[in-house]
Amino acid sequence: MNADAELDELYRDGIVEHYRRPHHAAPLARADASAEGMNPLCGDEVRVELRFDGDRVAEGAAWGRGCAICQASASMMTDEITGLAIDDAERLIGAVEAMLKSGAEPDEDLGDLDALRGVAKFPVRVKCALLPWKVLRDALDERGSSES
Amino acid sequence: MLELERIRGDFPILSRQVHGRPLVYLDNAATTQKPRQVIAALVEFYERHNANVHRGVHTLSQEATDLYEATRAHVARFLGAEREEEIVFTRGATESINLVAHAWARENLSPGDEIVLTPLEHHSNLVPWQIVAHERGAALRFIQIDAEGRLELDSARRTIGPRTRLVAVAQMSNVLGTIAPVKELAALAHAQGALILVDGAQSAPHLPVNVRELDCDFFACSAHKMLGPTGVGVLYGRRRLLTQMAPYQAGGSMIASVERECSTYAPAPTRFEAGTPNFADVAAFDAALDYLDALGMDAVREHELALTRYATERLSATPGVVLFGPRNPAQRGGVIAFNYRDLHPHDVGMILDHQGVAVRAGHHCAQPLMQLLDVPAVLRASLYLYNTAAEVDALVEALAAAGALLGRRAPAA
Repeated sequence: MNADAELDELYRDGIVEHYRRPHHAAPLARADASAEGMNPLCGDEVRVELRFDGDRVAEGAAWGRGCAICQASASMMTDEITGLAIDDAERLIGAVEAMLKSGAEPDEDLGDLDALRGVAKFPVRVKCALLPWKVLRDALDERGSSES
Repeated sequence: MLELERIRGDFPILSRQVHGRPLVYLDNAATTQKPRQVIAALVEFYERHNANVHRGVHTLSQEATDLYEATRAHVARFLGAEREEEIVFTRGATESINLVAHAWARENLSPGDEIVLTPLEHHSNLVPWQIVAHERGAALRFIQIDAEGRLELDSARRTIGPRTRLVAVAQMSNVLGTIAPVKELAALAHAQGALILVDGAQSAPHLPVNVRELDCDFFACSAHKMLGPTGVGVLYGRRRLLTQMAPYQAGGSMIASVERECSTYAPAPTRFEAGTPNFADVAAFDAALDYLDALGMDAVREHELALTRYATERLSATPGVVLFGPRNPAQRGGVIAFNYRDLHPHDVGMILDHQGVAVRAGHHCAQPLMQLLDVPAVLRASLYLYNTAAEVDALVEALAAAGALLGRRAPAA
């Protein structure tokens, strides 16, 4: 594969689009749960805010300083979790982690998130793509602990 | 003037291709490439002279010992030390600094004492002092730098005071390229009865260094950053200091006599070289010093000064490039930190790699400096004696490719 084609595997159109215009990348008017995380080695930082409606994620926002892969992953994530049942959101985190670590086609249709599959070929960047999802898990856990 | 074509011909790896493009190696602050002569010296050692040093009565052991000690003598001459005994071999500059932290600072610091540093320091010249200071109840103080990353001498005069026991400073910053005013800092330190340790990891490869002219008490550098093999570092220490210092690591070679309950130690520098040293790589390091001697460090500096001037001019003229570090090339080395548009260094670095251009992206083991610059990370291109103006042009063109691929971000919807 020539150099340009390899890069296209990583910076797929979907990723560049989400990087150029990230979705839900501003604080929520009202947040029920939030979390922050960073990758100390590369300097990516992500903050996630969530608003719930019963058992569902009504709204999600994610933003921060970071590379294109991290920001795009965060943006795609907010699209996918909006309206999702909390249990399904947690399952989705697992599915995305598995996909990023193995590069294998996921069992379920992950929609736009499929664009992240190329990241698996670049192990150095997997952490970047995973960061928003780890922070999402922390935010969901925060809600879980404040409930009990 | 360096004959670049002939020099580049000496470095086999420079003819490599990366992603189908000629390698443009601009990561010399991380490690440097090796000329054939160094590679051959290492191979020859293993083919003809390999034996453990300092112990044997047989011929190979004597030959290996002679080669090991010849490098020691060569390093002493290269750095302008008075005696070979003032040169200790370690694993690298990091270990050299840790050696001083353990064998000198730990024994000599009292509560209330101060160690003076700068915000430019590599973690290797910061974290050991944090640990020792915490242990001994000493405090760390920092000389201020200006907006261009140069040390402010006024701040140094205020910061180095009667409580200062040690000043530790990088002669050349591994991020901004800043060349520190070491002579002035040494004078300030000594006026207060303090010692000065110079981290020469970036300076020894790129500038003529004379430890007696600098009047420094300790000087650390790494072979692999100056054409030599990995796993070899140097600590220069003034003789009267080394002879008084407690051991760092203990074991074979560094002892004089050993009984069950106690031992006596060898004189310096052997006292600080416990166990089997990295003798093969030390022997090969001699060939790296020969190579630099043949070029002359003045000529190396002259080449890099001109190339740094060219690189900073081309980069500042490139829209979207934010350059860090001293504007005046005479005040800096060829380590050039920059950012490009609002793109993250990791993205740019990866795209540059696909154009064959090797730079480094990240915090460069200088997180406090990143915090001071208020950036999570920067790109770093670092030049050496075999880099060319055409390679600087390739870097600038590759930046344009990054811009084209990732574009300027539109405002969030």
